[in-house]
Amino acid sequence: MSSQPHTVMRVADLVPEGAAGVTLILDGALDCQPGQFIMAWLPGIEERPFSVMDDAPLSLSVAHVGPFTHALCLLQPGDRLWLRGPYGHGFALHGAHPLLIAGGSGAAGLTLLAKRARPRGDQVSVVLGARTADLLMLRWRYEELGCVVAIATDDGSCGLCGTALDACNALDGPQHDVLYACGPEPMLRAVARYARDRALPCWVSLERVMKCGIGVCGSCHCGERLVCADGPVFASSVLL
Amino acid sequence: MTDLCVELCGVKLPTPLVLASGIWGCCAETLVRAAREGAGAVTAKSCSLEPRVGHPNPTVLPWSGGLINAVGLSNPGAPAERDVLRTARGELAQLGVPLIASVYGHSVEGFWEAVRLIAQAEPDFIELNISCPNVESEFGKPFALDPDAAGRVTAAARAVYAGKLLVKLSPNAPEIVAVARAVAAAGADGLTAVNTLGPGMLIDVRARRPVLANRVGGISGPALHPVAVRCVYELAGALDLPIIGTGGVRSGEDALRMVMAGATAVGVGSALCGEGIGVFRRILNELEGLMTEEGIDHLADVRGCAHV
Ligand SMILES: Cc1cc2nc3c(=O)[nH]c(=O)nc-3n(C[C@H](O)[C@H](O)[C@H](O)COP(=O)(O)OP(=O)(O)OC[C@H]3O[C@@H](n4cnc5c(N)ncnc54)[C@H](O)[C@@H]3O)c2cc1C
Ligand SMILES: Cc1cc2nc3c(=O)[nH]c(=O)nc-3n(C[C@H](O)[C@H](O)[C@H](O)COP(=O)(O)O)c2cc1C
Ligand code: FES
Repeated sequence: MSSQPHTVMRVADLVPEGAAGVTLILDGALDCQPGQFIMAWLPGIEERPFSVMDDAPLSLSVAHVGPFTHALCLLQPGDRLWLRGPYGHGFALHGAHPLLIAGGSGAAGLTLLAKRARPRGDQVSVVLGARTADLLMLRWRYEELGCVVAIATDDGSCGLCGTALDACNALDGPQHDVLYACGPEPMLRAVARYARDRALPCWVSLERVMKCGIGVCGSCHCGERLVCADGPVFASSVLL
Repeated sequence: MTDLCVELCGVKLPTPLVLASGIWGCCAETLVRAAREGAGAVTAKSCSLEPRVGHPNPTVLPWSGGLINAVGLSNPGAPAERDVLRTARGELAQLGVPLIASVYGHSVEGFWEAVRLIAQAEPDFIELNISCPNVESEFGKPFALDPDAAGRVTAAARAVYAGKLLVKLSPNAPEIVAVARAVAAAGADGLTAVNTLGPGMLIDVRARRPVLANRVGGISGPALHPVAVRCVYELAGALDLPIIGTGGVRSGEDALRMVMAGATAVGVGSALCGEGIGVFRRILNELEGLMTEEGIDHLADVRGCAHV
């Protein structure tokens, strides 16, 4: 480490993510585990946490929800982005038939897991949930990685009309032996109960407001745990 | 047999390590966890009378010398903090780990009003944070830089609080001993030395601007350690008050060094970065090993022994 906390990369390419936001493909790589995150800084604007959607090239998928994510969505190829990390504890691979359940921008938190499962020969299924079809993120990426993808939207504009969990129930195919989930907390709680009822091992990735990202300031606490340092990935029992 | 218990202002701490203010301690659950993981006392995040949101990010950054931070004293305000402290206190009491509340104000009145409210939670100590360097643009120079101002704040708090009162000093004071004498005369029971150094500034050369949104922030961690050791040494040489020696402690050796400089207990903050809460056990194990190796039974036997 130097007295520059951040490293700088340039945007190499953009993939639009419908009305949800954008995927930024950067011109460098980052050595990290699936489920870890980085702090992204735009000088003069803000610094916020984002999942590592892909490690090589480093890619982030951004859902536009407020001023900082708006600024990220305006970046163009050649623009610079400042980063520090990777931080936190990510997912470890278990089982041979993982089911990945993502809601909204939570899709960005599970792609690297699918990428790492692939060379093991695991059969990866993914359920992507969103409010409407144009808010779905990263379907292209999961398909590129050879996953079986099921979709659920609240209004039925794509896939099943219902929640991501409804789509899990409707899935046929191999019996899943492990669950991984990332997305809004009500969805994660429902997934945690679903896993408990079926006695399946399950890990979830949580979000909290972050300042330091390195386990010092305490702003991201969830009970006695710090999401940035103890997580963001936890056994789903923490939500029961 | 090494014994790691210490006594601070007559209060027993099961270990000499104290969780420093602003680190981890923004809710009851994290304070209690730090106590379970080896902290001998825990300090809550500083609170002011009114809630504060603090500065925008970046607020805390790791760099080669440790950390630089300008969190900006974000806190829920004294009435809400009082409830957090009450919850924490009940659980900490079962573990035998004292609770140190921390109070911050931008005026003498702000201090005593917050102290009055926080006292209702009956913490084991109240620490006056008169030394935060990160809100200078809002509130002017910290009280800890000036003996008279430091004395006035301490006297005001003393007037409304009969419990154990600690005052947290700044390494930036031109004459830290003069400030300590003033707060001692005003009724402080002990000192916490020190708060962060600076403020300092990091500039990103590619961004061509300071990295912290607040531009400047306090320096903690290894870069602060030798300054903190010198402050504790000077204070212990000049006054009789017990001191929580704080600044860049990362190992058993660093902790023992603080005690030899004259500290009664040892604060730990930035060392939690990267390593996490396990840092308390590691430092305690190292300290115990070092004491055995050096034939030290009690820390009190070597307190201040470096004064030569
Ligand atoms: C570990 C982690 C991984 C994340 N990964 C992604 C990702 O891959 N893609 C993505 O689009 N989003 C991700 N987020 C969420 C993202 O950080 C927020 O959406 C972003 O900070 C919003 O900033 P804003 O200025 O656009 O919106 P704001 O208007 O500032 O906030 C909108 C919402 O974002 C959340 N938020 C606000 N401040 C913070 C903060 N300091 N830290 C965390 N959340 C905050 C709050 O829930 C708030 O209601 C992640 C968050 C965490 C904690
Ligand atoms: C992120 C951060 C927040 C802090 N917040 C406070 C605070 O609210 N009140 C206070 O008295 N000191 C605060 N401090 C100072 C620490 O309590 C401690 O005095 C200082 O960091 C030196 O110790 P260290 O090197 O072990 O961290 C803070 C320090 C850091 C790094
Ligand atoms: S964001 Fe600071 S402790 Fe997690």
